[in-house]
Amino acid sequence: MSANAQHVEDLNAYLESQANKSLLKFITCGSVDDGKSTLIGRLLYDSKLIFDDQLSALEADSKRSGTQGEEIDFALLVDGLAAEREQGITIDVAYRFFTTDKRKFIVADTPGHEQYTRNMATGASAADLAVILVDARQGMLTQTRRHSYITSAFGIRKVVVAVNKMDLVGYDEDTFKRIEADYRAFAQQLDFTDIQVIPVSALAGDNIMASSDNMSWYDGPALLPYLETVDVSEDREAMPFRMGVQWVNRPNLNFRGFSGTIACGVVRPGDKVMAQPSGKSSTVESIVTYDGELEAAGPGEAVTITLADEIDISRGDVLVAQEQPAQVSDQLQAHVLWMHDHDLVPGRQYNLKCGTRQVPCVVTELKHRINVNSLETQPGKTLELNEIGVCNLSLTDKIVFEPYGDNKEMGNFILIDRQTNDTVGVGLFDFSLRRADNVVWQALTVDRFHRSAIKHQRPCVLWMTGLSGSGKSTIANMLEARLHDMHRHTYVLDGDNVRHGLNRDLGFVEADRVENIRRVGEISKLMADAGLLTIVSFISPYINERKMVRDLCESGEFVEVFIDTPLEVCEQRDPKGLYKKARDGEIKNFTGIDSDYEPPVSPDIHVRTTELTPEQNVDKIIEYLEAREFLRAPTL
Amino acid sequence: MSQAATSQSNSSSPAANAGLAAPADQSHLARLEAESIHIMREVAAECENPVMLYSIGKDSSVMLHLALKAFYPSKPPFPLLHVDTTWKFREMIEFRDNTAKELGLELLVHINQDGVDQGVGPFSHGSQVHTDIMKTQSLKQALDKYKFDAAFGGARRDEEKSRAKERVFSFRNAQHRWDPKNQRPELWNLYNTRVNTGESMRVFPLSNWTELDIWQYIYQENIKLPPLYFAKMRPVVERDGLLIMVDDERMELEPGEVPQERMVRFRTLGCYPLTAAVESDADTLEGIISEMLVSRTSERSGRVIDHDASASMEKKKQEGYF
Repeated sequence: MSANAQHVEDLNAYLESQANKSLLKFITCGSVDDGKSTLIGRLLYDSKLIFDDQLSALEADSKRSGTQGEEIDFALLVDGLAAEREQGITIDVAYRFFTTDKRKFIVADTPGHEQYTRNMATGASAADLAVILVDARQGMLTQTRRHSYITSAFGIRKVVVAVNKMDLVGYDEDTFKRIEADYRAFAQQLDFTDIQVIPVSALAGDNIMASSDNMSWYDGPALLPYLETVDVSEDREAMPFRMGVQWVNRPNLNFRGFSGTIACGVVRPGDKVMAQPSGKSSTVESIVTYDGELEAAGPGEAVTITLADEIDISRGDVLVAQEQPAQVSDQLQAHVLWMHDHDLVPGRQYNLKCGTRQVPCVVTELKHRINVNSLETQPGKTLELNEIGVCNLSLTDKIVFEPYGDNKEMGNFILIDRQTNDTVGVGLFDFSLRRADNVVWQALTVDRFHRSAIKHQRPCVLWMTGLSGSGKSTIANMLEARLHDMHRHTYVLDGDNVRHGLNRDLGFVEADRVENIRRVGEISKLMADAGLLTIVSFISPYINERKMVRDLCESGEFVEVFIDTPLEVCEQRDPKGLYKKARDGEIKNFTGIDSDYEPPVSPDIHVRTTELTPEQNVDKIIEYLEAREFLRAPTL
Repeated sequence: MSQAATSQSNSSSPAANAGLAAPADQSHLARLEAESIHIMREVAAECENPVMLYSIGKDSSVMLHLALKAFYPSKPPFPLLHVDTTWKFREMIEFRDNTAKELGLELLVHINQDGVDQGVGPFSHGSQVHTDIMKTQSLKQALDKYKFDAAFGGARRDEEKSRAKERVFSFRNAQHRWDPKNQRPELWNLYNTRVNTGESMRVFPLSNWTELDIWQYIYQENIKLPPLYFAKMRPVVERDGLLIMVDDERMELEPGEVPQERMVRFRTLGCYPLTAAVESDADTLEGIISEMLVSRTSERSGRVIDHDASASMEKKKQEGYF
């Protein structure tokens, strides 16, 4: 036999054996120094996945920055970032790959430090199973509870509790039994279906690859044999068909397909499907792939579907089995895990991404926070980094979803800050609040067009933002007087006036400031709807909230006017004596002193009070309004 | 073996017994393929001006093949970009041009002209300076020039420790810097693609593939590779224990060095003076994969650049290297 024929035969035999292997994705978690990285390093090392050059680099590294003296420090294999090596800790999720004769594994090594809980949730979101480490000397810690709760909340049903460092407690059976009993008692509050508790020593290799002679009292499986055989399959094929449309595929006028990854269920040509949220139906014509058309496609497959009818479908829509549609709502309750240094602020607008859809949304109410140590609920105004809470969400548009408990793929979402674009939170949908279905906007016979036409003007919201004492009220009042002389219909909303009435229940902390602006934004919107030229004079320090009001208004109706006066000048003027009080510490959270002001990046009108007189600045605003035809009757 | 073929031959599932075609249970490779396709489609749908970094190696070849699949029957809705350091193997350039032509794809080639003018090269300036100027800086120039807001790269998490911690969608600020301690959380298959003007994303659709997966997939899909991967008699010299191929006259020989014809091949491709060959007689895909299965050194060991300080890759990535 030629060398190559031998290669072909060997290779095919090998590939055959590989094809039959299943994949297990698991996370390791637990408190700091419980030995997670060491355990993974041990698994990689013992399953012969470390190459010679990596091993020699490891030996050198172990001597330089290892914590095990002359011995190999397995943790260095996985702690990849310079900061981690210096501090001897894990600070970010690391993904590792290894294979045994029976199975392929992807393991996410997640950090134990509290501030990195968000990374632990990241690892959990993609895992079938969790290995939770407990240091035999310490027993259960706060982090053990926290990670167990997150593991359970993110839908993992099977866990291994690896009681590690058994070598350091003399392989004592009683110590192990006590920790096992503690854990099982605690876990009764969680949703695990299987808990396997195994005594191990990752460093010494006890009960990792095979049962250890040091613990003959233990008659359960060793860690790896358990991981190789545990059944984590989930029957997603039996669920109703759902596929989020990612991309509309139009190579030419004759082809229009909808590309996406099937979340669950099976689809075949001839199946009746519905596009949600629109509710329009059609029949599957073909399932197109590069490798040919398919007779059927199932969960996880990335395909392109063509339909028999030309119905309007775009990215973000979901194709579902017609007879078994998903839920549609714009008012939902969800569990949210906060992932950012800046607290969640109810009332602030975030972008919600679920599936292939992005929609602006507001947390209308934080119902309660969950203490992940005691699993008790607590009231709260905001969520801080790593806190979990139950929230009501209000979306600007309807989305297609299912409760996370019923369908993971259709029930998860992330929250994105609209200004920085950071991913600030993740969530799991609980259920629709259904209020959205009951509130139907009254179609009125007199609408905004009629109201503004009779006033010979197009309504707008002139939003004046600037520091306290910058001259907002002066210019607002002068502008209103001028417009009134021109027979225009106006109204001025002033920060101080509104705070004495409508918003007197609100203070000056960030959450209250956001709610203050939200209310004023809603009122401005109603005023504009009434056909008025609405002048709003508000410090409104945050870019996000001004953006929220802009989005609330009809397109083109929101005019941001930046009253730009340097802080020193405002402080010098100090018309109400507030800066002095703030400097003296009598007033807290005063904008410009101990609370931020975020100036507009590109305001529609930039008023520099130190360069022009108030009269000249009012002229400038009037010119703007005339140029954009706000001072004329609208045309249909 | 195609998906279509497997789906038709599966007869053991309950649905098949009921007389209906059933989808195949996804194999490991099919899962990886679907995940990569999903990532590419997200970019095409959400980013304004994406590009695919094409470095001609096996990972790029797999990535390109996946792009053809992801958008079929459309062509990939983005151009290919090759950052040419001017020191690539000649066979790579030939393969690159033929591939783009055969597939009818737009190919952008960027060379750092400042570097060329200053005569920067691996022999005169050393591997670090050469790589920084002709690769890292050059890449940033190209991304700025075309204002790309997303760039696909073929890096895998199993390659190197800092890569194991990088996101699939890796955010870069306006200076193209990566901040490893401040990465966006990435959960389920929800990718946050949003960037402000000037900022960008590096996107790694092969993050979860291993080197073995890549080779298996190349074999399964019969993906064409540059001939440098296959063993052949090539002129090499041995320096510091590494076999370096004498690809053109710019290779200055040290006293006593005489190029020898040896049967060698390459496990990774890059600049020829910085990419070591391995002695091998594997001249078929089957031979390469068989050889790889018994290998005891990782593929990056052939890259001269990785032999610097242990955190070197992380540092380079922070500065904008792929």
